[in-house]
Amino acid sequence: MTTDSTGSRTNVCHRAWVLVPALIWMGLFFFLPLLIVLLISFASRGTYGGVEWTFTLANYRDLADPLYLWIYLRSCALALATTGLCLCLGFPLAYYIAGEPARRQGIWLMLVLIPFWTNFLVRTYAWMDVLRTDGLLNTVSMGAGLTSDPIEILYTDAAVLIGLVYGYLPFMVLPLYAAIERMDRSLIEAARDLYAPGWAVFVRVIVPLAKPGIVAGCLLVFTPSLGAYITPDLLGGARSMMIGNFIQHEYLVVRDWPLGSAASFVLMAMVSAGVWAYQRAGGERLL
Amino acid sequence: MNQPSVELREVVKRHGSTVAVDHLSFSVRRGEFFSILGPSGSGKTTTLRLIAGFEHPDGGDILIDGRSIVDAPPNLRPVNLVFQQYALFPHLTVFGNVAFGLEMRDVARAEIQSRVGAALDMVQLAGKGDRLPAQLSGGEQQRVALARALVNRPAVLLLDEPLGALDQQLRQEMQGELKAIQEQVGVTCICVTHHQEEALTMSDRVAVMDHGRLLQVGTPQDIYDAPASLYVAEFIGLSNRLDGRLASVEGPHCRIEVPGLPAIQAAAPAGVEPGGRVTIIVRPERLHLSQQAAQGGFGNVVPARVAKAVYNGHEMQYQLRIAENLLWTVRVPNADGGQKRFLPGEAVMARWNRDESVVLAR
Repeated sequence: MTTDSTGSRTNVCHRAWVLVPALIWMGLFFFLPLLIVLLISFASRGTYGGVEWTFTLANYRDLADPLYLWIYLRSCALALATTGLCLCLGFPLAYYIAGEPARRQGIWLMLVLIPFWTNFLVRTYAWMDVLRTDGLLNTVSMGAGLTSDPIEILYTDAAVLIGLVYGYLPFMVLPLYAAIERMDRSLIEAARDLYAPGWAVFVRVIVPLAKPGIVAGCLLVFTPSLGAYITPDLLGGARSMMIGNFIQHEYLVVRDWPLGSAASFVLMAMVSAGVWAYQRAGGERLL
Repeated sequence: MNQPSVELREVVKRHGSTVAVDHLSFSVRRGEFFSILGPSGSGKTTTLRLIAGFEHPDGGDILIDGRSIVDAPPNLRPVNLVFQQYALFPHLTVFGNVAFGLEMRDVARAEIQSRVGAALDMVQLAGKGDRLPAQLSGGEQQRVALARALVNRPAVLLLDEPLGALDQQLRQEMQGELKAIQEQVGVTCICVTHHQEEALTMSDRVAVMDHGRLLQVGTPQDIYDAPASLYVAEFIGLSNRLDGRLASVEGPHCRIEVPGLPAIQAAAPAGVEPGGRVTIIVRPERLHLSQQAAQGGFGNVVPARVAKAVYNGHEMQYQLRIAENLLWTVRVPNADGGQKRFLPGEAVMARWNRDESVVLAR
């Protein structure tokens, strides 16, 4: 927007035309359905499912029920834990990759991305096989004499957490890598030269300079984790419901579309709040 | 006070199969401005990084104020480095950058305030403490880098091509300023540069390096007027060469026979027997031009032809053809307007005093 904005008015008008196909597509297939969902969230449930078009705030009031609040709280906690774990695992990995020679960086990044070549659902089923009571993990740890009894992991929050961290780790590694790779290595030497011990180099120089990557990575992990559906559905079972499962449950099982719609909008509000917090944190590079 | 500030003893550093620094020994006096001059790949930057602690020597010892520091990490060495591209922290203000080293050493807040203020005053950046590095010009960034190092009162200030990123005019200004600040603070400086003018004008002593070895250490005048080797002579300034054979030695002087030219008189070189092959080096500004041979008491006269004449404003620069494959450069200052100008193609006599050349074994 530096040279283009100084161009003539007609030029700007011409440029705007290229937006039309995307605007039509998004308008018809995204904004319109979203509007319908918004309207439904203010309607009430018919006796046999369906929607009765009355204006009410009852759905949002219902969501204040401790049972539902608990689901939101659990989801937030799980998403936060996922984000934190991804950051702890992803930062050293991204830092290491960024320090490798350029040719090997490509290989490392490919290895990080390889899981994406397989369908997410299939990979989650594979995790079920690993985590189940007679699965790979228990067989190996009992065979090696590390544990005497099988550990119950599948269908617990721990399994959900493992699955989420596994699924979203690349979203953390890539922006972190981009930020660290851009960093001038002589800055680290400068900090060492100015008497900084290792931890101070990390806290005072590396982290502040990697901040755009940290914030972008956290946002990219937190947002989809919060609305995760497949992972908690398969690995968490019925006992550990997250927002995504709750919405699915309301729509398809209970057939309470208005409550499900309201739950969706509360989720959207939470994500928007996350984005807003991101912008406050100075992450102007992403948005 | 006689103890050297920095001393290198037989330091060796290998990078893979190449020897970057080869049994390097020198010592730097307290308060001295010491330059290491050499082409890229000469090992000068590696030497600086060894002193700063970013590289560990494969052999030898490095002492600062008499204590070995080779096993100390960079953050525990009493030296500070001014990086080539300054390496200012982009997320910290000018004040934050300069205060960084003091904060790391837990200096009290009030003292940090006053010392950073004084350092910024010294480099003429008072009032710019709250700017970010990106908001400063190249010259200002270089001053911040200098202040950031000097504020810590290091035993030794290391400078890596300190003026390399500046344009010619700024570079000359900063040369004077840097030298003035160094003298005012009295800090020992080791400066690495490939820029010979920078080394000659700022340094108390200069070390010339090539291929990881030390070729000569001396005052700028020693290096320029009495180069120890052909390499040093040709690396520093322009030099005109003449290859010949030592014919005889008479007291402090000698006679050198050069094929196709009259015999040359010069100061006798050390360690060369009559009959030995030598090279005579004459600096461009030591040569005088005239039309006739017999004029004044110059020791040597060589006939030549002007190949090129360039007017530079402050001087005339001539290219003289001495022999078929031998061109010399002569600089004649335009000091008085009456100076005779020579034109390309004209025959001239190039003359110089017998003490104004250097003779080196070949």
